[in-house]
Amino acid sequence: MQPDRQQQQQGIDVAVLVSIGRHPTTGRPRRAEQDARGLELALAMEAELPGTRISMLHAGPQDDDSEAALRGYLGMSTGAGMGLESMTLLEQPEGSDAIPALAAHLANAAPQLVITGARAERGEGSGLLPYALAERLGWPLVNGLAAVESVENGVVTLLQALPRGQRRRLQVRLPAIISVDEAAPAARQSAFGPARRATFAITPTTPKADSELAQWQLAPARKRPKRLKIVKSASARDRFKAAAAKSEGKGGQVLTDVTAEQGAEAIYKLVKEEDVLR
Amino acid sequence: MLETLLPILIFTALALAAIGAVRRMRLWRQGRPSPVSFFKGLAAVPRRYLVDLHHVVGRDKMISNTHVATAGGFVAAAVLMIVVHGLGITNPLLGGLLLLASTSMFIGSLFVARRRLNPPARLSKGPWMRLPKSLMAFSLGVFLITLPMVGLLPEGLLEGNGGWLLALVLAGVVAWGLGEMFFGMTWGGPMKHAFAGALHLAFHRRAERFSTKNGGVGRSTGLKALDLEDEAAPLGVEKPADFTWNQLLGFDACVQCGRCEAVCPAFAAGQPLNPKKLIQDMVVGMAGGSDAAYAGSPYPGKPVGEHAGTPHGPIVALEGKSLVDADTLWSCTTCRACVEECPMMIEHVDAIVDMRRHLTLERGKTPNKGAEVLDNLIATDNPGGFDPGSRLNWAADLDLPLMADLKQVDVLLWLGDGAFDMRNQRTLRALIKVLKAAEVDFAVLGNEERDSGDVARRLGDEATFQSLAKRNIATLSQYQFLQIVTCDPHSFHVLGNEYGELGGPDVNANYKVRHHSTFIAELFEAGRLSFAPWKGGSVTYHDPCYLGRYNGEFEAPRNVLKALGIEVKEMERSGFRSRCCGGGGGAPITDIPGKQRIPDMRMNDVKETGAELVAVGCPQCTAMLEGVVDASAEVRDIAELVADALVERPAADAPDASRRPAANATAEEVTV
Repeated sequence: MQPDRQQQQQGIDVAVLVSIGRHPTTGRPRRAEQDARGLELALAMEAELPGTRISMLHAGPQDDDSEAALRGYLGMSTGAGMGLESMTLLEQPEGSDAIPALAAHLANAAPQLVITGARAERGEGSGLLPYALAERLGWPLVNGLAAVESVENGVVTLLQALPRGQRRRLQVRLPAIISVDEAAPAARQSAFGPARRATFAITPTTPKADSELAQWQLAPARKRPKRLKIVKSASARDRFKAAAAKSEGKGGQVLTDVTAEQGAEAIYKLVKEEDVLR
Repeated sequence: MLETLLPILIFTALALAAIGAVRRMRLWRQGRPSPVSFFKGLAAVPRRYLVDLHHVVGRDKMISNTHVATAGGFVAAAVLMIVVHGLGITNPLLGGLLLLASTSMFIGSLFVARRRLNPPARLSKGPWMRLPKSLMAFSLGVFLITLPMVGLLPEGLLEGNGGWLLALVLAGVVAWGLGEMFFGMTWGGPMKHAFAGALHLAFHRRAERFSTKNGGVGRSTGLKALDLEDEAAPLGVEKPADFTWNQLLGFDACVQCGRCEAVCPAFAAGQPLNPKKLIQDMVVGMAGGSDAAYAGSPYPGKPVGEHAGTPHGPIVALEGKSLVDADTLWSCTTCRACVEECPMMIEHVDAIVDMRRHLTLERGKTPNKGAEVLDNLIATDNPGGFDPGSRLNWAADLDLPLMADLKQVDVLLWLGDGAFDMRNQRTLRALIKVLKAAEVDFAVLGNEERDSGDVARRLGDEATFQSLAKRNIATLSQYQFLQIVTCDPHSFHVLGNEYGELGGPDVNANYKVRHHSTFIAELFEAGRLSFAPWKGGSVTYHDPCYLGRYNGEFEAPRNVLKALGIEVKEMERSGFRSRCCGGGGGAPITDIPGKQRIPDMRMNDVKETGAELVAVGCPQCTAMLEGVVDASAEVRDIAELVADALVERPAADAPDASRRPAANATAEEVTV
């Protein structure tokens, strides 16, 4: 079986979407944590699946700060022959909506796999970009990726991370979008030399102002109160079990075959109960 | 017969030596260009050899005398032999001198042979074991062939049937000696050290490390900056040919005496580093081949014969093995003990950092916590990733004067990254108590200060170092101060020795930097501090590498301790031979495993003195030595000892009586 599998394994075109990150303490621009993990995943695929071609994509303005941050990603490809000497910059002014530009470019370039971080570190950071892209392109989306295991005949086998260290193996037909969060392997070190040598392929776009964002008021985040999890137990063994056990989801309910109104009502009732809405 | 044979032998050996010399020079010329002053360098060789080199060799009187007799005898004998036997100028006076020279050389070689009877582990064996015999062959051969000339032997001895045989035997002995001494000198034999060593002295990359007639300091320890503006210049050293040509020449000068190996803390700890082997590996790489012929101690845990390289192949393989493994390079604590001991003036630390630069800047392969620390330095200007706005949190109650408010002071107090470390905050508070008691006009940069870049530079990240350094220089250029005082020898070294190169045409980055022990010693001598008599137990002092070997400050800390009434019980390895604490060069960050820990060995040194307290002057040393479990001695910074001993000055000594009450109040406010 094994040799056959090897033969059917094939390299594919992978597009990695990267954003400008923001250091949590100092606010300095940097490579975003999750996006860097996404690139790490792609680089690991390249090492294991010969023929994999990586392209990197960023939509945003071109200036010194963002260039330094983007070069942080480019510094991650340190071997010869990795297709990362350049990245595509879809140039658009600050405050433009990235989704139409990315969707248009991806539809055109037609990569088989798109990898993105789950949530940006700047701007809205709503985590909706992968979903919006998937919707526009009509491609399946898998979130919380831990590993890409294999690619065979246009079907990719993925390992999805679930809470408490659980993993789920999924098979998805390409093209697809996958998003990564902290469950993916940590990004490798970025090296100065390759980062400095890399170039940007600047592609003009027809920028669309993010009308939603323009209406928003931005303020520094407040620390939200965290629900205390009280474990009443006498022994260390009980506490360990409580910490390691699968969440039992007590008190929850699974709604199937309900109308949108019924679903919304159920959610509304829950948030009332949980004191999220008062 | 000998009259015809000898000139042939001598000039053949000389011709072969000349061919070998050209070949050897071509090996060195594979390196990158490095400008040297050619004639000035050559003219400086005698002084550099007789003064600076012999200053190092002379630490072992036996070997120094042996070398004087052997090498002096050889040089004289070789020159005279070419004149007398090569050119046939048979002057009895010259012959007498030649006899004298070869006798001196023979006596020297007897001592060389004695050392080789039961050689210490640090000496290389292999071809080096035959060297005393070759020295004897040369000196004895030359002596015997010269005897007839001065009429000490009957002329007819070498004629007739028996004479022919004797002459042949003599010619054979002389040929052996010539082979080792002339031919071997340029074709890679043990005598290569004389040829490469002399040129290395002439074209040394750090000409400023040698003393001058006018009494130069002869200390050059700052790393040389990479030119990051030039995108074509390699970022560090990937392959042997990336070293400058005079670095390659320096490697070739190694005499394999193993003094570096004997003092290397990483080697002693069983980490995979041996400075001598590293230099030999560079020679192997320069010439191409495998390290199988190396006959000294290997890197601990790495058998000899498994590594090979070429001048244009990578030193550290991307996968598998090539010339050197990366963990060898990351084991170094940059303590400079090897450089200090090297009689051939080889710069091991420069070479190691050059190779680390490639690993970090081109490959992104800084091991263990290296990448995290570098990312922190980039994002937060300190290695711990702390909020840069919290740099002064430890001094919230001290009301420290800020440079931003004062603009001009006598002393700028550089805090260093110890400001984020709770242990070092105690030292800093003690130092501030002392400064206030002595009424020093000082201020701190506060949150404007950044990491000096020491760790980044020694981890090979020259880009981050230069970024930090340039921003620090820009900050410092806004203010006026007479000197910088710091309790961190690493900041001291970087600010004092490495920033100067990075100042611009209109920014002078050459600062006068003092260690706090130097400054306290001066304050005491000026009568601005008074101490209560020492009541504690016995004390020893640990010289920080970056204060002692890097900056030559051995006396001031001892003077301060003396002023406190402490008699220092010196460790066996102290002063310029102090053993590293293991905290330098990013070694705690890269954390290469060994058989034991370097700080444990150092605390054993402390234990051997029986001291109950070890005084230190460096936050790294404090952290490393205090990390030793079940230590026999307490670790205290000199500033803490001084602060504890502070007493009010007698009223008569006070320079200005009206200021006394204010000073008292300040000193009391700052209770630690």
